Amino acid sequence: MGAYVIRRLLLIPVTVILISMIVFAMVRFIPGNIVDLIIVNESSSGTGIERAQIEQALGLDKPIYIQYGKWVTNIVFHGSLGQSLNGNQDIAKEIEQRLPVTFELGLMAIIIAVLISLPIGVYAAMRQDSIPDYILRSGAILLISVPGFWIGTMIMIYPAIWWGWSPPMQLIPFVKDPIGNLGMFLLPSIILGTSMTGSSMRMTRTMMLEVLRQDYIRTAWAKGLSERVVITRHALKNALSPVLTIIGMQIPVLVGGSVIIEQIFVLPGLGRLLLDSLSQRDYPVISGINLLVAIVVVFVNLCVDLTYGWFDPRIHYQ
Amino acid sequence: MTTNTGTVVPSKQVEKKQHGFWLDLLRRLICEKPLGTFGLVIVIILLLTGIFASFLAPFGMSQIHLLDSLKPPSSTYLLGTDELGRDILSRLIFGARVSMIIGLGATVLSEGLATLIGVVSGYFGGTLDLIIQRFVDAWMSIPGLLMIMTVMTIVGNGLPQLILIIGIQGAIGHSRVIRSAVIGIKSNMYVSAADAIGSRPFHIILRHIIPNVMSVIIVGFTLSVGGAIMYEASLSFLGFGVPPGVPSWGSMLSREGRQYMEAAPTLALWPGAALTLVVYGINMFGDALRDLLDPRLRGGVGRYDLKEKNVKINKAHAVKS
Repeated sequence: MGAYVIRRLLLIPVTVILISMIVFAMVRFIPGNIVDLIIVNESSSGTGIERAQIEQALGLDKPIYIQYGKWVTNIVFHGSLGQSLNGNQDIAKEIEQRLPVTFELGLMAIIIAVLISLPIGVYAAMRQDSIPDYILRSGAILLISVPGFWIGTMIMIYPAIWWGWSPPMQLIPFVKDPIGNLGMFLLPSIILGTSMTGSSMRMTRTMMLEVLRQDYIRTAWAKGLSERVVITRHALKNALSPVLTIIGMQIPVLVGGSVIIEQIFVLPGLGRLLLDSLSQRDYPVISGINLLVAIVVVFVNLCVDLTYGWFDPRIHYQ
Repeated sequence: MTTNTGTVVPSKQVEKKQHGFWLDLLRRLICEKPLGTFGLVIVIILLLTGIFASFLAPFGMSQIHLLDSLKPPSSTYLLGTDELGRDILSRLIFGARVSMIIGLGATVLSEGLATLIGVVSGYFGGTLDLIIQRFVDAWMSIPGLLMIMTVMTIVGNGLPQLILIIGIQGAIGHSRVIRSAVIGIKSNMYVSAADAIGSRPFHIILRHIIPNVMSVIIVGFTLSVGGAIMYEASLSFLGFGVPPGVPSWGSMLSREGRQYMEAAPTLALWPGAALTLVVYGINMFGDALRDLLDPRLRGGVGRYDLKEKNVKINKAHAVKS
């Protein structure tokens, strides 16, 4: 186990380097197009700029590995993601301002998702093919299937028509009014969380069904253990690792979802920043956000992996 | 599990085997899984609507009736019209075609790739697995929607781009799930046994690994179709999906229509309802397929029953059979 952890930790830098390459290449491998886009944008706004001028300003006149090296050294040694193209703001600072909103939204969504999905998944597995199982399963699948942006749009439109109610448009800071802040995030995080609920509930049920058929569960029954102990201590514990993986894997989905939810509910989070940057083709900001989010995901996944051996003793790390 | 009663003429048994895997599956789906069948019906309706959209739609895809803009449902426009007087029902029908193309195209691409990556990485393990998984790790850490949006900004809106990007994105994510399943199966005795009698890796993968991860692949396939359709809708909603003018359920809900939606709220209702219904149908179908296809759930023990009394009886049966 110890050796595994060390090796896993040693691999983190490799992954992070690969991420930075992908993130960097994603926007810069097609530099011509980006410059074209800027030229089109600029010329439509009246300011004519030469291609060479733009390329020089962006550092695109140098070979790609030098650009990449410069970008990385700036991050590592100065903690700087550079300046945004529009407004020349410090990207790291801007992200820092937006991060808490997205973090709070995501955390609340995960908590809501786990609270709903685990008990329901276990219950459905225990009562396989009963009527409650059918109802819960169809319900869970319905939750996966309802697009968050649709529900969000409906919530923005119908209550406004029926009762003249609409969600608050101004961000309430947590330090000023914790209850108002949580209340404001509740609706968006429920929408975000329920879209996660479906898959983790389904995975819980699937894994429970599989585990409940294993010999050691039969042994546990044979020992005369109570249902509660068999289910929670023996079955659920071993069924959990894929569920955790699913939840870990859903962090990126969650970030994607928060882009949409932030857009609908006008929350000033990372998602909004990204959308704005994409529409302005502000690619240093885009790379910065992608890199940061990806690194967070790497560490979450590391934690998930490390719990595997604890949850399922049959898995041996070598 | 005995399905034939009394004496069976050998020739009949042969005939029964010729029924074919898929036909048998369909029969069991209809007999055992009403909700899955319902899902299949929705999938078939989507396919037919997509294929015959041009015949089914009462109006053209972008036929504009400026005089009839934002009309409520009537006998001419069954679901009403949007701000340009385009028939909503017709746009929904053509939207089904877009969803179908994206859903199938991206999924075929993604599942093929995912199986290849997942099985190779999971089965062979070692350094190869390590290298592949670092790439997968890196790729998967970047949120799909962010990556697709970023790439779509550069390559421009369009269906082929969407299929390619959503397909690759799905493949890399799902290969991880397949890999996990492969690793789980690898630790089973029968794989070691096959290895011990000298089966070649290719043979083991084909005969022992793939059949056992088939349920994961099929559930993944259906989920991917639903997921791809959802991706397209989300992207079109945000303005990164289909080109302007092309009817997609996502773009019909997009922000440009928001101001009109307050005047005609049903504008927001139908595309989302269609999307939900289709994705729901696909997922129900996939779920039912999973139950039918998983070899570990098939026959033998019968259903796991936790009701105190039945446990021991069931287990006794299991030991006997």
